[in-house]
Amino acid sequence: MDAQPVKSNAPSRELLEKIFRTAYKIRVFETEGIKLYRQGLVRGYFHPYLGQEGIATGVCAALREGDFIASTHRGHGHCIAWGADIRRMVAELLQKESGYCKGYGGSMHIADITKGNLGANGIVGAGTPLGVGAALANQIKGSDAVTVTFTTDGGSNNGTFLESLNLAAIWNLNFILVIENNGYAVSTRIEESTRDTDLYKRGLAIGVESHQVDGNDPLAVYRLTEEAAATCRAGKGPVLIEAKTYRHMGHHVNDPGKYMPEDRLAYYKARDPVDRARDALVQMSGIDAGEITAIEAEIQGEFEEAVDFAKSSRELTVAEFHEFVAQY
Amino acid sequence: MREIMYRDALREALDEEMARSSDVFIIGEGIAERGGSYKVTEGLLAKYGPGRVRDTPIAEAGMIGVGVGAAIAGARPVVEILYIDFAMLGMDMIVNQAAKFRLMTGGSGRVPFVMRTQGGTGGGVAAQHSQSLEALFYHIPGLKVVMPSVPADAKGLLKYALRQDDPVMFLEHKHLYMTKGLVPDGEHIVEFGKADIKRPGKDVTLIAWSNMIPRTLEAADELAKSGIEAEVIDPRTLVPLDKEAILKSVAKTNRAVIVQEAVRRGGVASDIASIIQEEAFYDLDAPIEIVAGLNIPIPFNLELEKASVPQKDDIVAAALRSLHAKPLALAAE
Ligand SMILES: Cc1ncc(C[n+]2csc(CCOP(=O)(O)OP(=O)(O)O)c2C)c(N)n1
Repeated sequence: MDAQPVKSNAPSRELLEKIFRTAYKIRVFETEGIKLYRQGLVRGYFHPYLGQEGIATGVCAALREGDFIASTHRGHGHCIAWGADIRRMVAELLQKESGYCKGYGGSMHIADITKGNLGANGIVGAGTPLGVGAALANQIKGSDAVTVTFTTDGGSNNGTFLESLNLAAIWNLNFILVIENNGYAVSTRIEESTRDTDLYKRGLAIGVESHQVDGNDPLAVYRLTEEAAATCRAGKGPVLIEAKTYRHMGHHVNDPGKYMPEDRLAYYKARDPVDRARDALVQMSGIDAGEITAIEAEIQGEFEEAVDFAKSSRELTVAEFHEFVAQY
Repeated sequence: MREIMYRDALREALDEEMARSSDVFIIGEGIAERGGSYKVTEGLLAKYGPGRVRDTPIAEAGMIGVGVGAAIAGARPVVEILYIDFAMLGMDMIVNQAAKFRLMTGGSGRVPFVMRTQGGTGGGVAAQHSQSLEALFYHIPGLKVVMPSVPADAKGLLKYALRQDDPVMFLEHKHLYMTKGLVPDGEHIVEFGKADIKRPGKDVTLIAWSNMIPRTLEAADELAKSGIEAEVIDPRTLVPLDKEAILKSVAKTNRAVIVQEAVRRGGVASDIASIIQEEAFYDLDAPIEIVAGLNIPIPFNLELEKASVPQKDDIVAAALRSLHAKPLALAAE
């Protein structure tokens, strides 16, 4: 979030490392989070972002402090890429008072409005109008902040996708809509939910600058978002980005994803965004293997520390809950 | 005090609050240059410019959602929805987003969102433009529900709505826009949760809101001809509901008649009745009467439309039933 966008074609070591760290942190959070879920420590729904890390990572690296994001039901990755404290994220998953929402929100509702994160959302597609609204608020306040809504192939079929993107268009809002097209809405294949699976074309139909990008290539996502943000800040937004990607597993922790053909999964796993972030860092910065191992160990340690923090945090009392209720 | 129309009172509230805070802005259909179908926003475009007074395409879900998002992000939007019937298109944004955000964020997120709209019957605009849907919003925790009946309340409540931090369903009535009333000069704010006694009395409590207030006051005039002094209470805000004021009045008159234009089934009146029976049962000398709309969509035909919602005579009859009922203790004998 704080990295200054790099204009030249050769990305700085700092940026490459930031991208790798973010992608890897999401990978660890999800992998380890699933273990916590299986141990029964996390309740409710847990929709892993595994396989899609390149998108949140690339997009958020191109934004600035003061910008806004709105997320999906698969929101951990966006939250982490936005710079969230993973201790408070784990605490939220464990329903603790120290969590982002004191345990009132959970996996699907982590938000941090103080940092411009409008939150994950349990309603597919709902983040789009909310993000446009934040962009509108910023325009009215005279801010040049950019708002990004992450939505999904499923979300693109909700009516508010068109309604609110159209509002962003007629009002030239600093708004970037990122469709994470992972090919499925639960088990429904994209081919079954739309005739033209190139979802970026929907923006073209209403005069919105629209692009398609390989969502598993974090640097490509980063570059495109950087341009889109510049377009917005020049008063020429909104911009739509369709990022093609694939989940590495079923829809949520308890979905084995049997409907996902082995060969397609293998194709995408061979294009793993975390590996690509690591490869880019290695190839373009000359970092040595030891440093990579150290970064990975550091992030793993950070997660373990977060789990300890969450486990030792307390839950809200019913008395505190009643105090809150009394304000309603 | 000046005598002005309900719609002018609303405009004054918007104007004063827009002047006071640059975070306040309005979006809606035909509200900018045209000034809105009911002329509430007339002149605001010229004063505050196209940045803060914006026409939208006909896309209610989108515009309500955008308003909610803007509120979450710290602005103070007013979304004008032409008819409450059309707010149904944006129910996800109201119910699942606006109403939930505060709790889901553990109290750190707030949604200072105001949806202004109008409902109710009148003029034969038929089933899709005549509904009284306050109970839908009343039912959803996290929403405030405001239903002003007179210009002074319209102004004072709207100003208050624009200064507090929770989503407000500000429900006006199509028949009230042209009605007149006295509005105090200068700053005039009406807090939520404070009922108003529109007419004091001691014999029977008539509880009503929005366009049922003028009708209930007519009924009270009628009752007065037979020497019956009805007290007319207007909660003004259904959420929060000033139940103390209601219970106090019932304790005084020992009789309650609740009047709502909305259909009877699942309505707010039923909930108010349940509160009275639970908390003031021993004050009652008669069963609580509810005068409400029929459980049907509103017909186009004017006579049938009239027959669908409470009229003055229905309210008078209910009050008389209540007054003539034998005290419960005696009835048991
Ligand atoms: C409005 C709404 N309808 C249905 C659901 C149930 N649901 C949760 S996730 C999901 C599928 C979402 O698929 P997609 O939007 O493509 O996102 P992905 O899970 O692929 O990231 C569904 C149907 C929901 N949460 N919200």
